[in-house]
Amino acid sequence: MAIQKPEELSKINYKPPKTAWFDTPTEIKKGFFCWGNKEKSLKAVGFPNIRQWSVADEDWKLPENWKEIFIEGLRERVNKYRSFRLFLDICVRCGACADKCHFFIGGGDPKNMPVLRAELLRSIYRKYCTTSGKIMGKIAGARDLNVNVLKELWYYAYQCTECRRCSLFCPYGIDTAEITILARELLNLLGLNIEWIAGPVANCYMTGNHMGLLPHTIMDIVNEFKESIYQVTGINVDPSYNRKGAEILFVHPSGEYFDPNGNITFLGYLMLFHELGLDITLSTYCSEGGNFGFFTSNEMAKRLHSKIYAEAKRLKVKWILGGECGHMWRVWHQYHNTWFGPIDFLEEPVSPITGTKFENAKSNKIVHITEFTADLIKHGKLNLDPSRNDNYIVTFHDSCNPARAMGLLEEPRYIIKNICNHFYEMPPQTIRENTFCCGSGSGLNASENMELRLRGALPRANALKHVNEKFGVNTLANICQIDRATLQTLVDYWVPGVAVRGVHEMVGNALVMKGEKERTTDLRGDPLPGKEGG
Amino acid sequence: MGILFSFFAVIALIVIVFIGVKGAGLHYFFVVIIPYAAFLTFVIGVIYRVIKWGRIPVPFRIPTTAGQEKSFPWIKQNKIDNPSSSLGVIIRMAFEVLLFRSLFRNMRTELRDGPKLSYASTKWLWLGGLAFHWTFFIILTRHLRLFFEPVPFFVEILESLDGFFQVGAPVLYVTDIIFLGAVTFLFLRRVIIPQVRYISLASDYFPIFLIFSIGLTGVLMRYFLKTDVVGIKQITMGLITFKPVVPEGIGIIFYIHLFLVSALFAYFPMSKLMHMAGVFLSPTRNLANNNREVMHVNPWNYPVKVHTYEEYEDDYREFMKQAGLPVEKE
Ligand code: SF4
Ligand code: SF4
Repeated sequence: MAIQKPEELSKINYKPPKTAWFDTPTEIKKGFFCWGNKEKSLKAVGFPNIRQWSVADEDWKLPENWKEIFIEGLRERVNKYRSFRLFLDICVRCGACADKCHFFIGGGDPKNMPVLRAELLRSIYRKYCTTSGKIMGKIAGARDLNVNVLKELWYYAYQCTECRRCSLFCPYGIDTAEITILARELLNLLGLNIEWIAGPVANCYMTGNHMGLLPHTIMDIVNEFKESIYQVTGINVDPSYNRKGAEILFVHPSGEYFDPNGNITFLGYLMLFHELGLDITLSTYCSEGGNFGFFTSNEMAKRLHSKIYAEAKRLKVKWILGGECGHMWRVWHQYHNTWFGPIDFLEEPVSPITGTKFENAKSNKIVHITEFTADLIKHGKLNLDPSRNDNYIVTFHDSCNPARAMGLLEEPRYIIKNICNHFYEMPPQTIRENTFCCGSGSGLNASENMELRLRGALPRANALKHVNEKFGVNTLANICQIDRATLQTLVDYWVPGVAVRGVHEMVGNALVMKGEKERTTDLRGDPLPGKEGG
Repeated sequence: MGILFSFFAVIALIVIVFIGVKGAGLHYFFVVIIPYAAFLTFVIGVIYRVIKWGRIPVPFRIPTTAGQEKSFPWIKQNKIDNPSSSLGVIIRMAFEVLLFRSLFRNMRTELRDGPKLSYASTKWLWLGGLAFHWTFFIILTRHLRLFFEPVPFFVEILESLDGFFQVGAPVLYVTDIIFLGAVTFLFLRRVIIPQVRYISLASDYFPIFLIFSIGLTGVLMRYFLKTDVVGIKQITMGLITFKPVVPEGIGIIFYIHLFLVSALFAYFPMSKLMHMAGVFLSPTRNLANNNREVMHVNPWNYPVKVHTYEEYEDDYREFMKQAGLPVEKE
């Protein structure tokens, strides 16, 4: 589908329509939704209502008793999650969250205001789970569940990237992401998923990673990576896989094997591990840190991630180190310990290089790579030459999850300031806890929903454009594989000329390794500053 | 539609008083039965709702982190917006509940040609909300004068501060003005800002109208219509000591005021006004961000079906061997 030019796309009408929202039928627009899940993806993990269906069809082939399933599921969940019930109960519709969502800012669709996105489900909750809604009906803001309402719910549940920006501004902390997460869980009871999520989930369950990479394929890819590192540095790195007795297990998003932009971040890790002589192993069985199961249901998320601790136990490692990924860290940080704890078969993480105890990870035993590296730099354990990154004029994009579900803000910045000489922040309203989503998170990184993604990325891109024009920023650093895989396209559209880069890619560039040859190119094979003539 | 419905609902409440008191002479009913019933509904309702929420588990620790996490001693943690201890959480909650911290963050997004997005801090909603809730609270506290003999000292102090400007007789309370102004503001922004109007329901307008009418009748009583203060205090003292009395000659305005207050009390537990209690229970605000440091227990955590390593190796053993990966079973 031809996408309009940026000047056209950014003409946005924020005026809501004349008719009340519950009287305004939702049109399911091309460019805003992802294809429905395939039969085989549901089958692989045993999700309900396995069948072939299409969003474009009138009939979504719902089970006979779909309404009961949905309402029963809703009743069950409001009694299992205090967050869910509370958030459905106490919104005062003050509107503070309304213009905080990147999809509303970039698209103007009122149903993308977080409060209204939540009302879509809240109105059903009122009807079937509250006395006032049952008696007063419409006047109490309740509405009947019917197929069109269900479709609308599906459409907007998959137009939320679960970024939690809205929750920051809500006076009661109402987190629309939490509502979306549970709305998707309910939709999954009816087999209403999107293939871009269901496919990776099925892959991940069987092969250990979203991409469906089989063990030998991973090893082939890694061999190529070793070759690239050798080309640039003259050094043979030798990462190990599935090795028992290593001290540390390293887990990262599998997109880094697959996506050419993410690859280079992975090279950075391998170089760092080699240089430090870490006793570390990776695993083909848990070759995925990301968790698209989290975008379907709590249970599926847990099913996918159980492999990480299971593998750590099998390999008898002491603790786990995690790579650069956004939602993976939300899941690891906020859910892992609860799902799988107490993690008594591992040890409290200690950096073997600096002796630093990672106090903040002492229970779930997983350390973020930027925490690990920042600590190394602080202790002067790395020989870094930031001038090798002099071609990069850098800004940092906080990914939603590390920012608003962890508060990992300074660690990556500290690293960046030590590995490159030119660093500028985007405006404060758009970074750190205020950060804007890439517009493609929570499994919405498909291509058929490109208009939605471009619109959702407008706020991020616009802040980037600001520093691009003001300071000549040409590099958007980040610590998320979804960013690396998806933001480039969006940035090319809104701010051409800016490259999206992982932080550890730049660490790899700056890292002066023992016995390396004189480097003439960076890890992408582009000439280093001052080496252009060669 | 919501707005008209709510408006007429409040009018209807007032009409009921007229008919009931002037027409049917149900003084005892309006002065004794209704207030007791409303208060009982309020107390039982609020407790019921809070217990209902409280009994639902908090399966996961999901604070919205709004600042730097606790990591190394050399990185400054934002101990309030991203607390890792109970004390931090208490301070965070105090800021939230007493000062509306999150609303203070509010900013207005503007899109200009270019395209160029800009975000300007906007404190109006914060200010209006704060003014409304605090003056409401102070006015309520002032009313304690009606329920105690002698009047508690803090009520006296509050009154003298409130009446600081000493305008007219009876002394003009600043809070009364701010209160009515704030309610008006909250109403106006609801109808003027198109997005907010779009999301507003009857249940948003109704409490505004109700509360405004309560304020208005209160002000009318105090400043404009002569009301028998001594008689009113007899009523309130009677209510609180469970020896209700119904003195003669109290103006209808008092009956209206009291009935509307009763309506608000009774309506409270079944409405969004429960946000007052709910905010304390909000898991994105009232939990410490120490997920990796301290395990959080989910009472309904259950085992799930997984694809085990053994199954994985069985599926791919040949590939693994071929690639030189170690296997458990040859
Ligand atoms: S900010 Fe919170 S209370 Fe206000 S409309 Fe949004 S979700 Fe509701
Ligand atoms: S979580 Fe993010 S995408 Fe979802 S409604 Fe809130 S701001 Fe929008």
